Amino acid sequence: MTPLLQVENLAKYYGARIGCTDVSFDLYPGEVMGIVGESGSGKSTLLNCLAGHLKPDHGAVRFATRSDGLRDTVTMSEPERRMLGRTDWAFVHQHARDGLRMNVSAGGNVGERLMAVNARHYGDIREQAIDWLGRVEITQDRIDDRPTAFSGGMQQRLQIARNLVTGPRLVFMDEPTGGLDVSVQARLLDLLRGLVRDMGLSAIIVTHDLAVVRLLADRLMVMKDGHVVETGLTDQVLDDPQHGYTQLLVSSVLQV
Amino acid sequence: MKEYNFAYLDEQTKRMIRRAILKGLAIPGYQVPFASREMPMPYGWGTGGVQVSAAVLTPDDTLKVIDQGADDTTNAVSIRRFFQRTAGVAVTEKTGEASVIQTRHRIPEQALREGQIIVYQVPIPEPLRFLEPSEVETRKMHALEDYGLMHVKLYEDISQHGDIATAYAYPVKVEGRYVMDPSPIPKFDNPKLDMAAIQLFGAGREQRIYALPPYTKVVSLDFDDYPFQPTKADHACALCGSTSSYLDELITDDAGGRMFICSDTDYCATRVEDAA
Repeated sequence: MTPLLQVENLAKYYGARIGCTDVSFDLYPGEVMGIVGESGSGKSTLLNCLAGHLKPDHGAVRFATRSDGLRDTVTMSEPERRMLGRTDWAFVHQHARDGLRMNVSAGGNVGERLMAVNARHYGDIREQAIDWLGRVEITQDRIDDRPTAFSGGMQQRLQIARNLVTGPRLVFMDEPTGGLDVSVQARLLDLLRGLVRDMGLSAIIVTHDLAVVRLLADRLMVMKDGHVVETGLTDQVLDDPQHGYTQLLVSSVLQV
Repeated sequence: MKEYNFAYLDEQTKRMIRRAILKGLAIPGYQVPFASREMPMPYGWGTGGVQVSAAVLTPDDTLKVIDQGADDTTNAVSIRRFFQRTAGVAVTEKTGEASVIQTRHRIPEQALREGQIIVYQVPIPEPLRFLEPSEVETRKMHALEDYGLMHVKLYEDISQHGDIATAYAYPVKVEGRYVMDPSPIPKFDNPKLDMAAIQLFGAGREQRIYALPPYTKVVSLDFDDYPFQPTKADHACALCGSTSSYLDELITDDAGGRMFICSDTDYCATRVEDAA
């Protein structure tokens, strides 16, 4: 099987400081990978490099495009990268406000990606928006409300609907459950797990919440100070941590 | 007036503006930045249009200035007098006799012909402005032809009003490439953008010039199931009886009396004369 995403020796520096360095991994179709680590360990830098928001200083990020197989997204032209960004990729921000247009109705938010890939039939766009709002448990009568009128959990679900409407193959998530209370988190995770399994999505999830990766991720990558210190199957890493930092991370979780 | 250079602006400035105009004509719909000058009028009164007119005027030209279709409103009268005094050009109110027409928010009803130039006053040249506040981002969107957002606005219109409620400054796509704001003309005038005359757009405060060469293909954006429709008040002109021209609604008393008359005063007056 060919990988969907192939990362090789990726490095990003902020001047003399390391953002992340020496990152290599393969992600296969249908696989969900978690990236955990403390604040400032380079998780978000890595995710932004992968998603094309930041330009890495060296290394390659190869994505299996539908038409020409593996292509390096770092050297790809910007129009091509943006095209990927609104078709095959999705990016779920930690704060829904960063990923949504707050002054556009929920339906418009979901429809934007469709219109960006030349959907020009209002009725069809509307129908798909209703369908997707239903899938993320937002009732149909809220379709013309703006996200400002939504609760935090609803905004996050709307952001997910908006991202998944074009049927992406790879989803980047940056702390998707951050800032939500635990019961809302649980429902969101449940929803995400369902969507990922149903659509056969591949996903890369950055989080510092070990419960999130335990539920969602097949594989885990632990980062510290810009380096990957441990990788492996999620259960293996969490139940039998080898690296000192991973041991600290696992033992730091409060047991209720 | 000998104290001023011909048409108020100095020759170097006119040269700079003509360069921008030529670039705009070469890339239809593309907003060319230019070093807009202070003009002896406030921003919003047509400083961009005046600069473009000044740069294209020659001593042999005949100038017509209209404001919302009318030749006799404040803005039109003062700009016309400005060029009469600083350039000494002939002026007219007849659309057919003018070689340069400066307009605010209307296209004349009478079809323009080859050899004429129409100059639009533009308040906000960026069609994506109210959707994407960052100028850096909107320029990138134009460069990459990333125009999905423009349809989001039309989508919002339909979802809120049941129809595309945008009635003026209706976005158009030029030659299948750039999305352009045709300045706040009513969407009734959008089909006329496909014309034989040269169209120049000047935005003074925003420092942008853009242009449409003759016979450029201009398409109004729409949805398959909600096609573009030029709209006007459903009446005939109370003065000339025209049923095909764009109408202004006038309130005539405080008892609900109103009348609809052509917004293009020259067109209306000509029709009244011909009938008499």
